[in-house]
Amino acid sequence: MTDSDREDPINWYILFACWMIASVSALGSMFFSEIMEFAPCSLCWYQRAFMFPLVFILLIALFPFDGNIVRYALPLALAGWGLAFYHTLLYSGVIPENLQPCSQGVSCSETYIDIFGFITVPMLSLISFSLIIGTLLFLKRRLPK
Amino acid sequence: MKKQYFVLIALIILALLFAFGSNLYRQKQTENYESMAKAEPSVLIREHSQTLGDDNAKVALIEFTDPGCETCSAFHPFVKQLLNAYPGKIKLVVRYAPFHKGADQMVKILEAAKKQGKYWETLEVMYRTQDQWASHHKPQPELIWRFLPQAGLDLDKLREDMTDPAIAKIIEQDLADAKVLNVTKTPGFFVNGKPLTSFGRQQLQRLVESEIKEMY
Repeated sequence: MTDSDREDPINWYILFACWMIASVSALGSMFFSEIMEFAPCSLCWYQRAFMFPLVFILLIALFPFDGNIVRYALPLALAGWGLAFYHTLLYSGVIPENLQPCSQGVSCSETYIDIFGFITVPMLSLISFSLIIGTLLFLKRRLPK
Repeated sequence: MKKQYFVLIALIILALLFAFGSNLYRQKQTENYESMAKAEPSVLIREHSQTLGDDNAKVALIEFTDPGCETCSAFHPFVKQLLNAYPGKIKLVVRYAPFHKGADQMVKILEAAKKQGKYWETLEVMYRTQDQWASHHKPQPELIWRFLPQAGLDLDKLREDMTDPAIAKIIEQDLADAKVLNVTKTPGFFVNGKPLTSFGRQQLQRLVESEIKEMY
């Protein structure tokens, strides 16, 4: 399974795409916090805590290709997805603000950006984690049992 | 193509995009601030603002400061050095962003000291003794009173002047302007309406020098 010679070469590119999604998301979140200077709220920090390691472990699994990565990356992505989902609900007002865990300084429900009027930062996070999970599951199905 | 190169090129493209995006964003920010400063110059310099240097200087270095902020204290000698390097061309404008606990007390002391003509002496004393009264674990702003005599102040008069409601208004106004200008950290520098977008001594010097070149 770890022998890259017998591996379908397409699988490598699928994993590469997955790594790209994680990298773009991680850099994007750093752009928001470091360049645009939006202070990340605590929920954002937890999502970053699951996104940043993905960038590294997915990259490691590319050289040499290691299909076992799905086992390690999927739990991280699922945890991040859960947080992003909760955050999106909070943001859109489905969950009332007084139930949210962050009170120190930065509010998790304050709207910072609105792209095209409906895309928000937690939604971007949710989309990224969803894409990563989708790609990982797709890769898992293609790998020899 | 070898897969290693593939990833390497992807990394380079991502890094370039990030750098390009940052530059673009900062440039846009600078333009926004400049048009804001043009439309309403008082956001940057209020009548009550203390200045240092020639009043007719064409380059205003506006500093949002907090007497309890370590970086402001560490930067102060450098700022004075800049002023001295271009005599008559730059003036320093002090704005308050008292974010630290107890820092608003310091601003009140400073403004009261202004009435005794000891503004800069008092600010120097505050910065110099900052580690004693502004510890992050346990700020004790009342300790400053031990050091204030070093500035040659009449302490009784100072205590009386500090209660002037006009001073509270000054703090309120400066904090409101800081919010408008998106100053969330101290020191926050502006040079004639251009913000210092990347923090550092060299960056500040470059910004000041380019502005001097433009104005003189």
